[in-house]
Amino acid sequence: MAQSDPHLHDLDAELPIITTTVEKIVQWARRSAIWPVQFGLACCAIEMMAMVASRYDIARFGAEVFRGSPRQSDLMIVAGRLSRKMAPAMRRVYDQMPEPKWVISMGACASIGGVFDNYAIVQGVDQVVPVDVFVPGCPPRPESLIYGIVQLQQKIARSRA
Amino acid sequence: MDSNAVIATLTPLVTGASFEVGASVDFATVYVSADRLLETCIVLRDAPSLRFNVLVEVTAADYFPRAPRFEVVYHLLSISNRLRLRLKVRSSAHDAIPTVQSVWPSAGWLEREVWDMFGIVFDGHPDLRRLLMPEDWDGHPQRKDYPVQIRKAPQTYEPLEISEEEFKANLERDRLKRTN
Repeated sequence: MAQSDPHLHDLDAELPIITTTVEKIVQWARRSAIWPVQFGLACCAIEMMAMVASRYDIARFGAEVFRGSPRQSDLMIVAGRLSRKMAPAMRRVYDQMPEPKWVISMGACASIGGVFDNYAIVQGVDQVVPVDVFVPGCPPRPESLIYGIVQLQQKIARSRA
Repeated sequence: MDSNAVIATLTPLVTGASFEVGASVDFATVYVSADRLLETCIVLRDAPSLRFNVLVEVTAADYFPRAPRFEVVYHLLSISNRLRLRLKVRSSAHDAIPTVQSVWPSAGWLEREVWDMFGIVFDGHPDLRRLLMPEDWDGHPQRKDYPVQIRKAPQTYEPLEISEEEFKANLERDRLKRTN
């Protein structure tokens, strides 16, 4: 070793040690195991299921464990059109999720109402819950949703613990 | 059995009723007035040559601005005689139509749906609440003069469906059921 690296703090370079911050390691753990809650509302849920299955395999990103209980989930993928009658139930599921929690609005209907410009459908789920990532499409292909999850992982990596 | 044959069977059995053939492409369609509806339904269910023992569907159509604007439609099925019938009743927004729940118990939820969507009142219905829309909804969305879009914020809270007293009474009832 010709020159000493200041980051090594005079430690032997052969030692199996890296230095980091607690915040970085916490956010690395969080973004590597985003467990979504099962919240399929319409046809987008079919693409969401395809994303979980073996062809697209969201397990590569640590997000394959769909939970039936909101109390074990980090992420809510709103997959489909949200009716006004469903809005209180969705808000209740969101409120039951422990912090930190994130929301992906999947597809045109969840994001802006889509083709359902009528009295019965909420024109965008951001009126009900705060949304982190909007995934466009009708429905979005599984690749799009995986891209949305990767965007969410980058957002988590940037944010403070 | 076409519409005229159904009317020919019904006319001697229902006193004071006037029937009318309705246009249709699939199966028999008969108009009846609201005041003779209940008697007609009982005959349709019990007459040996008819025996319409299944009420398949209750729905309605809004022909606004025609008067009377609504037509309530009953789809009937006779399993033993292999017959189908479409029974129609004309109604305005103010008229009440007698409930046929005493004839076919399955009418309960179907009539609730028609009331929810069209605002047609069913006289004598024991539980005329909304079925599809939220319980505190304004108006009846399937009417032709109902707006397509309403610009108002979605409700995010959920009203309690039962009161605390009812909840406690239910607990007590279940406890008694277990002990007996």
